Amino acid sequence: MAQGVNIENFSFWYGQSQVVKNISLSAPVRQVTALIGPSGCGKTTLLRSINRLHELHPGTRAAGRIAIGEEDIFSAAVDPVDLRRRVGMIFQKPSPFPHLSVFENVAAGLRLHGLAQGKEIAERVEACLRKAALWEEVKDDLGRKGALLSGGQQQRLCIARALAVEPEVFLMDEPCASLDPVGIMRIEELIRELKHDYTVIIVTHNMHQASRISDQTAFVLNGELVEVGRTKEFFLAPTDPRTEAYLTWKIG
Amino acid sequence: MTNRRKRKALGLLFEALCVLAASIAIVVLALILYYVFRRGIGVVGFVFLTSLPAPVGVAGGGIGNALIGSLLMVGLGALIAVPVCIAAAVFLDQNPASKLSAFVRFATRVLSGVPSMVIGLFVFGQLVLRTGNYSALAGGIALSIVMAPVITLSAEEMLRLVPSSQREASMALGASKQQTVFRLVLPGAAGGLIVGVMLAVALAAGQTAPVLLTALTSRFWLESLQQPTASLPVLIYHYATSPFADWQAHAWGAALVLVTAILVLNVTAQLSLGLSNRRR
Amino acid sequence: MQAVRRALHSGTREGVFHYVTLLAALGLVALAVSIFLVVTLQSAPAWRAFGLSFLTTSIWDPMANQFGAVPALLGTVITAVLALAVATPLSIGTAVFLSEIVPQNWRRPLSFVVELLAAVPSVVYGLWGLFVLAPWLRTGLGQLLADSLGFLPIFAGPSLGIGVLTASLVLAIMVLPTITAISGEVMRGVPTELREAMFALGATRWEVVTKVILPSSKSGIAGALLLGLGRAIGEAIAVTMVIGNANLIPASLLAPAQTMASLIVNEFPEAFDLHLSALLLLATLLFIITLIINLIAAWFFYRPSQDVAATAKGSVWAKLLRKGS
Repeated sequence: MAQGVNIENFSFWYGQSQVVKNISLSAPVRQVTALIGPSGCGKTTLLRSINRLHELHPGTRAAGRIAIGEEDIFSAAVDPVDLRRRVGMIFQKPSPFPHLSVFENVAAGLRLHGLAQGKEIAERVEACLRKAALWEEVKDDLGRKGALLSGGQQQRLCIARALAVEPEVFLMDEPCASLDPVGIMRIEELIRELKHDYTVIIVTHNMHQASRISDQTAFVLNGELVEVGRTKEFFLAPTDPRTEAYLTWKIG
Repeated sequence: MTNRRKRKALGLLFEALCVLAASIAIVVLALILYYVFRRGIGVVGFVFLTSLPAPVGVAGGGIGNALIGSLLMVGLGALIAVPVCIAAAVFLDQNPASKLSAFVRFATRVLSGVPSMVIGLFVFGQLVLRTGNYSALAGGIALSIVMAPVITLSAEEMLRLVPSSQREASMALGASKQQTVFRLVLPGAAGGLIVGVMLAVALAAGQTAPVLLTALTSRFWLESLQQPTASLPVLIYHYATSPFADWQAHAWGAALVLVTAILVLNVTAQLSLGLSNRRR
Repeated sequence: MQAVRRALHSGTREGVFHYVTLLAALGLVALAVSIFLVVTLQSAPAWRAFGLSFLTTSIWDPMANQFGAVPALLGTVITAVLALAVATPLSIGTAVFLSEIVPQNWRRPLSFVVELLAAVPSVVYGLWGLFVLAPWLRTGLGQLLADSLGFLPIFAGPSLGIGVLTASLVLAIMVLPTITAISGEVMRGVPTELREAMFALGATRWEVVTKVILPSSKSGIAGALLLGLGRAIGEAIAVTMVIGNANLIPASLLAPAQTMASLIVNEFPEAFDLHLSALLLLATLLFIITLIINLIAAWFFYRPSQDVAATAKGSVWAKLLRKGS
């Protein structure tokens, strides 16, 4: 079941330096929320905190609350391993497991969590590949290594892989950064499809992309949330002068 | 739910096993250094470092001649290997893609994989048997063969780090290839080349079999390159396998001296490599 | 005229420079080739005298000019395989620990220490094996094995402290840093994205290691193990010090034995003619075996594949060289 994400007074430190400063933001269920801002502004860190991926690196510290649905992800009752199954993530660089076939890439999560057995696996894999709009391109050779696909196909494969474990939230970290225009178009179409069933939070550098695919846009600068609003209004009539400067500089 | 608990338990078990493996490995390796230090430290002293071995049953004595023999043979090896290997590395660097270079690299790697004892036996057959005696010269030559692949391949790696933009700039100023190599590439890579040589020297200093088969050993001070010569590793080997307690104690002392020298060389090399990498 | 002369002059200098470096490079090739040829040719008399029976008979008697290498061959194979069997889980476990588990600020110093230990000379490992490990094995583990499992032929016999088991353990300790350093390097070469992608799917660390790290670096690890095997097979001095040097087919793991390398070290000073040729034949075999092992290892590092870990190959070679052989 899709869930909304509620971020309240969230701060984050790498060692001594604070990269996220007291951000509160809510990502409504079954909508696309875009995080925009210059490189190093903290938007990716914020995104990676939502599935507690930051905990893999020592020397980081988080404070505040992030809730998926009603549940605080930092509460003692939440196991990060379980949390990450509920939160799908797509990375900037397409990262299919190079030693696994297309089929096994998608099945990886199913096998990990024992979500399907036997014939069911093949069915689920096909369903996910269809949902990720990749099925037609790979159905004839599911045994081919995932790393042999084109960049755009690899990224859709990663989306299929994430879909397989039925996440409640999708996090995307500049998923189109390394793709060509056709690949970008297909991923954007896919995101518009995905939001019917999932809550999507996407980090992007590309204003146009944010305006094309998101329902809500948030602008982060130096770790602070400058402005958040419905995408249409956000781009047409930003209220904060810093947002306006950023948008005109970028767009103009 | 049980599935998840099982996965977690397995995960913890696995991490515990890895920690156990690492602890065993590190403890065992630390034990070796500990014993070398503990058993060696009481033996090492000025007299130990500067005098000839004493005959069995006579107190005192030391490793002076072995120390000098090791220094001499390793130095001799470096003297032979360094110019040839750096010249070869320059060739590889100047003709990086040629078929010949690929072949030279291949041969060098083969050389690096030859058991050092085989190298010793080769020099034994060619030099010791022909001249009729074990000698420091033969030992130096054997060590130069041990060092050759290390120096060549590390030197090539270091030369390659000199950017081609700089080389082209030098050529564009009218410098010949030779001038570019001597005035730009070699000085630019000098630090790295020295590190490579240091590592090769550290490797050679610890070799026993090649030296045993070529220089054997001696109880006297070195007088010429044409006679059997003592060295630290061979002395350790002989003393350790002897039945006499004071010789065995001296083996530990010599081991402490050898290990200290080799570790100092390695640490210095790694640190300076780390420093120059950071600067780059 | 002046210009022509100068050009000609610098042209020949350039030529000399080229040929000097070429000569040095060819010198290395000639060296590798001549070591192989000389050792092989000098072993020819023994090969002519014994042929395949050198590899199939087990009497080694210099007095009678009778040479059969089976005990030494067996001793080499058993000690090297046993050493690898002990070192493999330890070194891969240590490599996983250093590259995936240990906190980042501990990783560098610990890896550094492990790498340093690869530089400790083999004679020092032998010394330690002889005076620390062997006595402990004689009264400890070896005695225990002889007492409790002595009814099994492989653990039969008085526990002498020196012998196949001791040699294997010393070899295992010696190859441990090499295998750990190289396979750790290969594992660290697995891109962070792959690790994070697996974590993001909800994998535990154990699952990330077994399903991503190890499969992605398996050929590099195989290469590291082969290099370790090559080193164990070629090692002479440390083995000679602790194996007991009895040129017999080892009756049990607690019995003394001989390897090809230790046999050469023991007998070269008194060897002449056919005896020497027989030792050189052993050296030729060692050369060929280690060459094949190293070539397969190199193939593992260099083979074109989707194996992500192959990207670490340059630094792996550099590392491997520093370890020597």
